[in-house]
Amino acid sequence: MLKVSDINVYYGNIHAIKDISFEVAKGEIVSLIGANGAGKSTILKTVSGLLRTKTGSITFLDGDIRTAAPNHIVKLGLAHVPEGRRIFLQMTVQENLEMGAYTQKPTALSADLENVYERFPRLRERRRQVAGTLSGGEQQMLAMGRALMSHPTLLMLDEPSMGLAPILVEQIFDIIQELHRAGTTILLVEQNAQMALSIADRAYVLETGRIVMSGTAKEMREDERVQKAYLGM
Amino acid sequence: MNQNQKRIPMPARYAINAALVVLAFVALNLITGALSSYYTKILMLVGINIILAVSLNVATGYLGQLPLGHAGFMAVGGYAAGIFLKAMPMPNLDKLPEGANAAAAHLQYNFYVVLALLLAGLVAAIFGIIIGVPALRLKGDYLAIITLGFGEIIRVVLLNIDSVLGFDFTFGASGLKRIPKAATVSNVFICVVITCLVIHMVMKSRHGRAILSIRENEIAAESCGIHTTYYKVMAFTLSAFFAGVAGALYATYVGILQPNTFGFMKSIEILVMVVLGGMGSMLGSILSATVLTALPQVLLAFDKWRMVLYSIVLILVMIFKPSGLMGTYDFSMSRLLEKFMNRFGGKKKGEAVKQ
Repeated sequence: MLKVSDINVYYGNIHAIKDISFEVAKGEIVSLIGANGAGKSTILKTVSGLLRTKTGSITFLDGDIRTAAPNHIVKLGLAHVPEGRRIFLQMTVQENLEMGAYTQKPTALSADLENVYERFPRLRERRRQVAGTLSGGEQQMLAMGRALMSHPTLLMLDEPSMGLAPILVEQIFDIIQELHRAGTTILLVEQNAQMALSIADRAYVLETGRIVMSGTAKEMREDERVQKAYLGM
Repeated sequence: MNQNQKRIPMPARYAINAALVVLAFVALNLITGALSSYYTKILMLVGINIILAVSLNVATGYLGQLPLGHAGFMAVGGYAAGIFLKAMPMPNLDKLPEGANAAAAHLQYNFYVVLALLLAGLVAAIFGIIIGVPALRLKGDYLAIITLGFGEIIRVVLLNIDSVLGFDFTFGASGLKRIPKAATVSNVFICVVITCLVIHMVMKSRHGRAILSIRENEIAAESCGIHTTYYKVMAFTLSAFFAGVAGALYATYVGILQPNTFGFMKSIEILVMVVLGGMGSMLGSILSATVLTALPQVLLAFDKWRMVLYSIVLILVMIFKPSGLMGTYDFSMSRLLEKFMNRFGGKKKGEAVKQ
């Protein structure tokens, strides 16, 4: 579904992503794990067109999206939930969701809203509330709900567990699994390797801009080096 | 909670607002009939400044950028309208030749004026696109600097273009004189209403939402599939269009244009109106444009203290209400009426629903 090969991304002179290639097949949950500054978020931003790669190729659903504009990529069905949630703080919950449906036809709006409220009942309760007054977990739900409004076939989540209490992290991961069961393919970026590996099918480990390890989540969980470095065992 | 509250249906809302506008128009005409020409002049200036402030508010308040070249767009519009009107065969309404059809002459006159206003807006909008495309790649201070530079370029070009062209076009420092004084309180008022209406409708549409979302969070807007560059340029151009219209009104109000009127201080003056009123509030822009235009005139008697008071007002507002007088609040007549209806009329029904 998504195939990234040999991409190199720079921030000015800093070489942030070095020759990275990976793949996400339809129906998978793929996780990118790694420490701060490993380049996880940069990869997602590059895939969704916010940053550009100097080399290689990025193909999504057999189409080249390496030079496509971000708004075009969203239309193709690739949604990005950016790091730190990035909701529209001064708009209401419902307005935030409506912004997510920006690329969709207006006729489907109410059905799509209903769909998201069905999945996140908490958002329905708060739909007229200004988004900035939501708690961290609710904001994360809103960010995910907003991404779902664009009917993504591939959902990219950037650190959905960031800054959340453990019980909320579990809730968010339950929702991710539900979305996956409903047929959405998921690319998950996480520092919380334990949680990520518990739901992922496959995973890639990143270190300073390179992929140092890859395999099924089960292999990863059993790998001594991963256990030592990321799982705290 | 919100469901059992009564809401006014859309057609009724339009009818209420249209009726209010007509009422205001009639009231304004009655008032101006009784006012001296000095006060009608101030009233027109208030109207022109309202258009300037409301249009700058699109770029500053709604889009969240800080352009400092609004006077430049105003100048472009003013000169476009002035040169156009001077080139057209305008009938002299005060001294119609014998046997001329007065109605036809008025029609012809007003037709040219409307055309001049549209032309001014369009020319300014084209400049808006030309400036906006490169300038909006920058943010914050840098955008302010580049637009400030643009405003100055316009002023200097208007001053010196005649010697480059080799014939009289803008008449340089001596000014473009004898522009037909077509502005009246009524047509300024109509322009104010149209400006507010168009900007309001754009901001309530999906395009307006997209513009607001860029202010809120550009990355999130982009990840929602919004073409941010397109909408930035669009908002900037809309803002420039109405600045051009205001410039044209100004030209037909004073009858003479000099490049130095449209200096850096004019841009700042408009920006002050927007910031004082509250960035992102149309009502705020209208109120503060009115107050800041009228205040110096009303205080003419205390000439020495005028600017002192002006600055004290600004300082006090910035200390006690940094988001501006109105913040981002916008007035809605229908919302006010709904509040009344729900408080007094809707109570019983609301209770019935609860049971």
